[in-house]
Amino acid sequence: MGDRAIPKIAVWKFASCDGCQLSLLDCEDELLAVAEAVEIAYFPEVTRTVVEGPYDVSLIEGSVTTPHDAVRITEIRKNSKLLITIGACATAGGIQALRNFADVSEFVSAVYAHPDYIDTLAMSTPIANHVTVDFELRGCPINKHQLVDVLSAFVNGRKPNVSSSSVCMECKRNGAVCVMVAHGTPCLGPVTHAGCNALCPSYNRGCFGCYGPKETPNASSIARWWNTELHVPHAELARTFRGFNAYAKAFRNESGLHVDATD
Amino acid sequence: MSTPRTETPGNGSTRRIAVDYLARVEGEGAMYIKILGDHIEHLELKIFEPPRFFEAFLRGRHMGEAVDITARICGICPVAYQMSSAHAMEMACGVRVNGPIRDLRRLIYCGEWIESHGLHTFMLHLPDFLGYPSAIDMAKDYPNEVNMALRLKKIGNSVVNLIGGREIHPINLRVGGFYRVPTKRELRSLVDDLQWARDAAVQSVRFFQALEFPEIELAYEVVALRHPEEYPFNEGRLISNKGLDIDIREFNDHFVEQHVERSNALHCVHRRRGAYHVGPLARYNLNHEQLLPTARETARDAGLGDGVWNPYRSLLVRGVEMVHACEEALRIIGEYEMPDAPALDVHPQAGVGHGCTEAPRGILYHRYRLDEQGVIREAQIVPPTSQNQRQIEDDLRVFVEHNLALSDEQLQWQCEQMIRNYDPCISCATHFLKLEIERE
Repeated sequence: MGDRAIPKIAVWKFASCDGCQLSLLDCEDELLAVAEAVEIAYFPEVTRTVVEGPYDVSLIEGSVTTPHDAVRITEIRKNSKLLITIGACATAGGIQALRNFADVSEFVSAVYAHPDYIDTLAMSTPIANHVTVDFELRGCPINKHQLVDVLSAFVNGRKPNVSSSSVCMECKRNGAVCVMVAHGTPCLGPVTHAGCNALCPSYNRGCFGCYGPKETPNASSIARWWNTELHVPHAELARTFRGFNAYAKAFRNESGLHVDATD
Repeated sequence: MSTPRTETPGNGSTRRIAVDYLARVEGEGAMYIKILGDHIEHLELKIFEPPRFFEAFLRGRHMGEAVDITARICGICPVAYQMSSAHAMEMACGVRVNGPIRDLRRLIYCGEWIESHGLHTFMLHLPDFLGYPSAIDMAKDYPNEVNMALRLKKIGNSVVNLIGGREIHPINLRVGGFYRVPTKRELRSLVDDLQWARDAAVQSVRFFQALEFPEIELAYEVVALRHPEEYPFNEGRLISNKGLDIDIREFNDHFVEQHVERSNALHCVHRRRGAYHVGPLARYNLNHEQLLPTARETARDAGLGDGVWNPYRSLLVRGVEMVHACEEALRIIGEYEMPDAPALDVHPQAGVGHGCTEAPRGILYHRYRLDEQGVIREAQIVPPTSQNQRQIEDDLRVFVEHNLALSDEQLQWQCEQMIRNYDPCISCATHFLKLEIERE
């Protein structure tokens, strides 16, 4: 793609809070430079301009939760050279994937007076369950500096400089005091994907897993530690793994082991 | 550019215009207008944002988790969700937060107002007034204004960042207060920027003042919080210009959410009087005498007077509120003393709690029923955009009726602009704004 002067970028929204696409607008220092380096061909949150595809890069925010969106994502894939998912909804199904552990029709009746007006799927699923994804940027929300790096990497034909280590490693690199060892604060840092620069421990708080499971996480070990050393009950462990990345495999499996366990 | 598609059948008397998306709002929705001769046969705002069922999956979660979970309803105003949920839980548990923790909450809310209003006024709304498809296109001709807006927005974000840990879905807020509170020195690092931002916001209002505003005044029922001493953020009674004056606990006695077929967002209306208006106009019209001095002066210089009833002039009111938020932030920083503990202990107890705070786009009401362990048994969330939805439709009807002579393209753009007057957050209310005008 390096030979193209002005790549065409599109930003698409599925079920989400808009926060990850807003991250691009939150790059106040880089926004106008980015807008010069690429052609913003489709980004309705920012512009009325609509340039027809095909697109060089499509950024996808949100998860698939309706029959219509399941079709739409395949059309976007056909129209995009590269497809990058941004955030926990697009890469893991998001907080709305809590329906995957429940009966969605009961959810509909709990919220809406006329369930028959609502068209929804039983599951909230990540984009990669539907189409091939070229790169997944994690986080709830994503880290805006990583977003700029990923865009710049693809525009310039290099590999994104995004670490796949853990929050725990970031914390060590920052020289921070371990909140779990020093204060007995439950922390998911050892099993959570890097990207936030170990934000929560720097605010005296344990990691709660915004970036989802890291590669090869040992979720059972951290869960055992929480349970036996920090006396966190199984019910709380189940809820902790059922957060913004509840449907990511490692967290999904681990939460299943605690949901009905008795202390 | 979202060019209207015009289909003219054989006799030439029927026109149907369809645009695939309403741009520059948060989330996605549709508008449908059918015009027969000189009257509107049908008008509706559709919201197709896929439902995410927060109120359903909050049941069974611990009260302490609602602050992080409800933030995910909206990436634009997460602090509002965190504030309304934290206050509701505290009410349920009989705790009241005062002193520096209360001030820090107001301070982070100031940051969110500056960021959100900076984004909306310059990046989402102003391009309509100046005739550009986006702020990025506008930047070529108005580089100073766009750069000023970006810096203003960044300063708002830096306030949220310092107190909350990050601008989107802050991690440092909790029931009872914070995980860590800033030092005086950390807060003082914001002062120079906030002084610049206050002056920039004053300049912004002067710039907005020179724009051309469509002539329209509407007799709204405006609803906002009112606090005896402050321009409202987190606390107060709910009042209106039509005699409403209630404790937030009585919200459901006066307002009701209705489910209409065209929308995945519930419409919230006053039980007897129907549509009402929340947001900057409502806050200003009901509380303008409580603005801090520079904001009050800015409003007076802009000729806003005792009331603003032209919804397009909400642009000016947002500017005035940015001035106020900067001034209030500077006041809080000036008086700040670090509290002994970052949070009050809040012990769970069975009960019902209500929270109502002023999100940048209007009141955000939460209600939770907790059991004795502090587990949520029932949740209700009424975002500002679902309260404004009915009013937006009413505004569009009046506007279209008075402007039938406009070309389809002009009518479409000005209808979009009318919707953007409300800074709608459709992700909150739920999403997919598609605009169609059909004429016969």
